[in-house]
Amino acid sequence: MGPRRRTCPAGWLPLLLLAGAAWASASSEFLHPGLSESLPLTTTSAPDYDSPSSEMSSSSTSSPSTGSVAGGSAHHPIKHMEVMTIEFARVETPFMIGLWIFCSSLAKIGFHMTPKLHNMFPESCLLIVVGVLIGLVLFCTSTVHVSPMTPDVFFLYMLPPIILDAGYFMPNRLFFDHLGTILMFAVIGTIFNTLTIGLSLWGVGLTGLFGCETPLLDMLLFSALISAVDPVAVLAVFEEIHVNEILYIVVFGESLLNDAVTVVLYHMFEAYTEMGPSNILYTDILAGFLSFFVVGLGGTAIGVIWGFVTGMVTRFTDQVRVIEPLFIFIMAYLAYLNAEIFHMSGILAITFCGITMKNYVEANVSHKSHTTIKYAMKMLSSSSETIIFMFLGVATVSDVHDWNTWFVVLTIFFCSVYRAMGVIMLTAVVNEFRLYKLNGVEKFVMSYGGLRGAVAFALVLLINPRHVKLQPMFVTTTIAVIYFTVFFQGITIKPIVKILNVKRSAKRNLL
Amino acid sequence: MGGQCSVLLRQEEIAEIQEKTGFTSNQIERLYSRFTNLDKGDCGTLSRADFLRIPELAINPLGERIVDAFFDDNGSDQLNFKQFTQVLACFRPLSDSNRHNSREKKLRFAFKMYDLDNDGMISRDELLAVLQMMVGASMSDEQLSSIVDRTFQDVDRDVDQMISFEEFCCALEETEVEQKMSIRFLN
Repeated sequence: MGPRRRTCPAGWLPLLLLAGAAWASASSEFLHPGLSESLPLTTTSAPDYDSPSSEMSSSSTSSPSTGSVAGGSAHHPIKHMEVMTIEFARVETPFMIGLWIFCSSLAKIGFHMTPKLHNMFPESCLLIVVGVLIGLVLFCTSTVHVSPMTPDVFFLYMLPPIILDAGYFMPNRLFFDHLGTILMFAVIGTIFNTLTIGLSLWGVGLTGLFGCETPLLDMLLFSALISAVDPVAVLAVFEEIHVNEILYIVVFGESLLNDAVTVVLYHMFEAYTEMGPSNILYTDILAGFLSFFVVGLGGTAIGVIWGFVTGMVTRFTDQVRVIEPLFIFIMAYLAYLNAEIFHMSGILAITFCGITMKNYVEANVSHKSHTTIKYAMKMLSSSSETIIFMFLGVATVSDVHDWNTWFVVLTIFFCSVYRAMGVIMLTAVVNEFRLYKLNGVEKFVMSYGGLRGAVAFALVLLINPRHVKLQPMFVTTTIAVIYFTVFFQGITIKPIVKILNVKRSAKRNLL
Repeated sequence: MGGQCSVLLRQEEIAEIQEKTGFTSNQIERLYSRFTNLDKGDCGTLSRADFLRIPELAINPLGERIVDAFFDDNGSDQLNFKQFTQVLACFRPLSDSNRHNSREKKLRFAFKMYDLDNDGMISRDELLAVLQMMVGASMSDEQLSSIVDRTFQDVDRDVDQMISFEEFCCALEETEVEQKMSIRFLN
């Protein structure tokens, strides 16, 4: 009992500490939402931006502590012993994070206890609704840091657990059997969607319908982030509807592997917008093309190497069984960060790290450790998923919005139409080479199941409004698209799957 | 080589095989070129030795069984091209089904891998023999026989210590045999 009890806080403590650090940076970043490039300088740059919000928030967070410190150093008053004191500032960050996790877990329990809601809505919808409610409360009371959802928090702390879980429990045989199809959709499909959505929006923009200037590169940057199918949203919805395993692996595999394309296109167009359209040489386009291979294959290679090293290390842990689960988590996380250092695809790295290590780890670690790994991984991923959807809800309320009806409507329209077109075209090609042909119903579910999610939201927040003037409108539109896909498509996909009589699989074994 | 094959294979033969097996004529020509490559004696038929010259098949733990399965139906130890295609037709994907690649046909093929004495039943010894081939020397005999025990517990419904073809199909009901036992023949 003793050793096992020790592993639990050991696993949680670093997580909370990390999250706490993230929270601190997140809150300071939120104070200047429009100036994300000043992030490294937040401590020094604070006085430069005397916006009312930053003043208000900084005074409300730090005045108690600074006041007492100043008073203490000046007069050295004798502090008498008190029966009890209240000091919230010191524990604020971890306490708030704890509250977040607590609230979202409560919401989840409540959701599963209600008999009807549970069958009608996907869980992610409810979490967003709860997030919006909390956001409204925070907004009305104008509490300091309302939006905890910043790109760094998302990419460094929320996303890795979900992707590791997906990679580690990936049905390898199924995944590699359908790798050709998955790659086709992930690479060609995403490029196709990005180009068509971007060009269409730009074309419509030329007619002046949006009432604002829409430069081509900005539109392509936006379409690069909006056209990627999101692994978190897809997992959240598809885990509940139990479609047959081929359909599941194709959509889900696509959402995992298209990250490489998204990262490349996003960074490419971001760099182009910074350079300005007139300064782009053909070598820049060539470099972008080559960097796709570097980002994709590099990320995969880093993941595979870390996976093998994990397998190697776990060979020698038979004397210290308690740290076995730690190796799995920490080394996969290192693989993710290692790929992110080089701006390679972290998602690919951690996916392939999970896929590679699984075979060796399962044989090397003790049975109990393995159970711990399984449960801890499921818990971490489901709580991150919960928190992501809640944060999305909260972020909707508090951010400054720039609503442009035509732009939103057309984006949703183009996203759906080009997704369907892409699926039809690519399945026609892919079916030539497949044993099991994808039929009409499956094509429909594939195009309908192309959900957008938090990755798009985090990427749109990363856009620098100094270079891209339309960033606020992009943020609003991205939120609208996510809401549309998660609510409308997420709620309707279950009945549609039933009506169309899609082959269902037996309940997927979660653990 | 390809040109020569098409000369050797007459149009009406192609049509006949096409009708019987469901292969396209391109696939048949491709298979024929493979067939003549394997046929070292140039006698228009394949022997067991010809098959076992394929390196992948030779190291396959079930290689001999697979080769046997080709020869089982016709009793002789030579195989002509038509018989060759008929056995292979069993592995065609199920999308355009005919009687040669139905689910039952695929299961029959798998069943035949186990059923060494061709009595339509898998006995304990037959299952044990296949297991020994698959795992090699890495498992002890006791472990293997306990696996066999468990399998019979699950599968053998009428407890006669034999697995009949019906019981075999029942056990594989959940498995997607249609996909697992299909090969995409190149055009």
